[in-house]
Amino acid sequence: MDSSQLFGIAMIAYLLATAFYLGLFLFKIERFGLIGMLLALAGICAQTAAIGLRWYESYRMGVGHAPLTNMYESLVFFAWCTACFYLALEYRFKTRIMGAFVMPCVAIAMAYASFADRMDSKINPLIPALQSNWLIAHVATCFIGYAAFAVAGALGLMYLLKQRAENKPQQNNRSLTAALPPLPVLDDLTYKTIVFGFMWLSAGIITGAIWANEAWGTYWSWDPKETWSIITWFLYALTLHARFTREWRGRRIAWLAMLGFVAVFFTYFGVNFLLSGLHSYGSA
Amino acid sequence: MTTAKKNALFGLFASVQLALFLLFLLASTSIIGTIVPQNNPFDFYVERYGFKTARFFQLLDIPDMYNSWWFLGLLTLFAINLIVCSIERIPLVIRLIRRDVLAVTPEQLTKFPLNSEQHLAEEAPAAAERVRVLLKKHGWRAQEKSTDSGWMFGAEKGKWSRFGLYVVHSSILVILAGALLGSSAVAHKVFRDPLFAFKGSVMLPEGEQTDHVYARKGGERLDLGFALHCDDFAIEYYDNGMPKTYRSKVTVLERGAPVQTTEIEVNKPLTYKGITFYQSSYQPYQDYQAILKKKDGSAETAARITVANQIDWPEGGASYGIINRERQGEVTRQLKIWFTDGQGEPSVFWMHADQEAAIERPSGTYLLTIRQRYATGLQATKDPGVDLVYGGCLLMLAGLYIAFFLSHRRIYVLVQPEERGCRLLFAGDANKNRVGFEKHFLQLISKLDNEIK
Repeated sequence: MDSSQLFGIAMIAYLLATAFYLGLFLFKIERFGLIGMLLALAGICAQTAAIGLRWYESYRMGVGHAPLTNMYESLVFFAWCTACFYLALEYRFKTRIMGAFVMPCVAIAMAYASFADRMDSKINPLIPALQSNWLIAHVATCFIGYAAFAVAGALGLMYLLKQRAENKPQQNNRSLTAALPPLPVLDDLTYKTIVFGFMWLSAGIITGAIWANEAWGTYWSWDPKETWSIITWFLYALTLHARFTREWRGRRIAWLAMLGFVAVFFTYFGVNFLLSGLHSYGSA
Repeated sequence: MTTAKKNALFGLFASVQLALFLLFLLASTSIIGTIVPQNNPFDFYVERYGFKTARFFQLLDIPDMYNSWWFLGLLTLFAINLIVCSIERIPLVIRLIRRDVLAVTPEQLTKFPLNSEQHLAEEAPAAAERVRVLLKKHGWRAQEKSTDSGWMFGAEKGKWSRFGLYVVHSSILVILAGALLGSSAVAHKVFRDPLFAFKGSVMLPEGEQTDHVYARKGGERLDLGFALHCDDFAIEYYDNGMPKTYRSKVTVLERGAPVQTTEIEVNKPLTYKGITFYQSSYQPYQDYQAILKKKDGSAETAARITVANQIDWPEGGASYGIINRERQGEVTRQLKIWFTDGQGEPSVFWMHADQEAAIERPSGTYLLTIRQRYATGLQATKDPGVDLVYGGCLLMLAGLYIAFFLSHRRIYVLVQPEERGCRLLFAGDANKNRVGFEKHFLQLISKLDNEIK
């Protein structure tokens, strides 16, 4: 068995997990949640093995490096981080229903990595610019942050949906979102997830700056990727300040969590596909 | 300026609204520079956006917006905002953490966010001792005082964490200070010494040396104070043709005498006397260095050679030339060689650049190596602010951790004697993560309960 087969298995597991989590959300069948969780866990196991195997395969090819070097590998890693982060959250806060909002992101990321034309899933050797010990530190810290922000965005969406349903007294809407955690819990979770992501994003920007200084002799050059990462950082800094000092709660934070994820998404995808710059090796 | 006006200005800069507004402005204006390509000549913008827009861009420094007066102005306002905010709030925090932990009344305790009251059959002194031991066992170094109504124990943890926020804010200032110290503009205008901090580059042909580089912006000549000699430049490839390594072998010379010889690669710069040299580009030349020897070691020659030129080597009795080549861009990968020793048909064959080829001839075996000549492109940087920037980064991570994950927690126990036994009042609060603290608080109480049972 090779790593691409294992990635395929992980993708299918995530797709099925998505289906069951959605089933839990729509039909309120508790057992679906358990199955969804087990499938997600199976997906993570398969994917962990796949990432390890891909790493090993690269060494067997004589071009050994951590599988974090192009768009395909980073997307796979993003899916893995998000799935892990979500399951940890589910375990800690005992609410399976959030999976209906997070697992689709994971499944879509994996499916896009596997099927999109522009994805190159071949293991390629490392170009000189990427041959550095900072590679793992930089990519890992960034993507843990991205994963947390993805979850925060999903939590924001849940908050807005539930709040809308509560404002409209029609029974129909209400029953669908009634199973979501109470609004204050969602609000608190969104905030905590953003804080967690903010720490890792800061670490990601810092490791990136140190690496840039080692490789190019300048820790900050306002390259589009750098600029968008700092825009994202400003946006979340704004969110945290608004919450701490202006007592912004609930709806506004939920919107900011979603807006923040849009910025993350653009930092990650938009910059690679729409703008040119130093990070162009991430575009294939 | 009147005091009132001064206070209004101070108030503005101390306000969080201004911070929010500046964060928003910095985030939104930064987008411009990611859409409009930066640092191109004026004509580029005329061609792309039309003359009027290009003039407008020029007026607002959009082509170099991150160094423009208005963007730097925004950053300056942001820094002032950070400083004034901290000046205003830090005294409050100091007062808060210097506060006597026992300076609360029993009535105030009942209004704490966490509260729990119990009545025990035990006599008050025995219960107080129990509380004393329990708090100590769980790491709470309690102070105590006896009041008219009984004993009060008070303990706090993590009060220094209230500074976390200001650690983060000052880390940003440290980073900005580091950026200023390493800026070539500041080196020019403030220190009047272009060599204090610079970013320069040099294209250095193999076998040559330089004692200066050129500033990346403006092209000004910058003297290094020593010389750098390029011994050799080489590119290595993977089997699939992708570049694997760009490597320059260089020697540092002080007054003409070699001091050290090092290899510079991408991600492996050389630092000498505060100046760091990075492998940043290369320039292939269309001539070659040929090294030809007889395998028995009896004769050797080296020659500079171009395509379609015959080179004669009378001592070795041979003539040769390059008649064709296979190139990738300007880099020669393979060469077609014509070679004769004057006996029999000439040999015509393909060989790899940079690799030795053995040529079997009637007069013996010849070994030929042909290397393309390169210039290595090195970037030379002197940035005395880097340590400050790195220090600021570390400070920021530490500050974020303190600000978000540590909290100031207080716990109080009041032991009041009653007619039969005593009354215990537990109270506590935390400035962050109340849920986590509540768990700990309830655990503490249940521990005491268990002991009594």
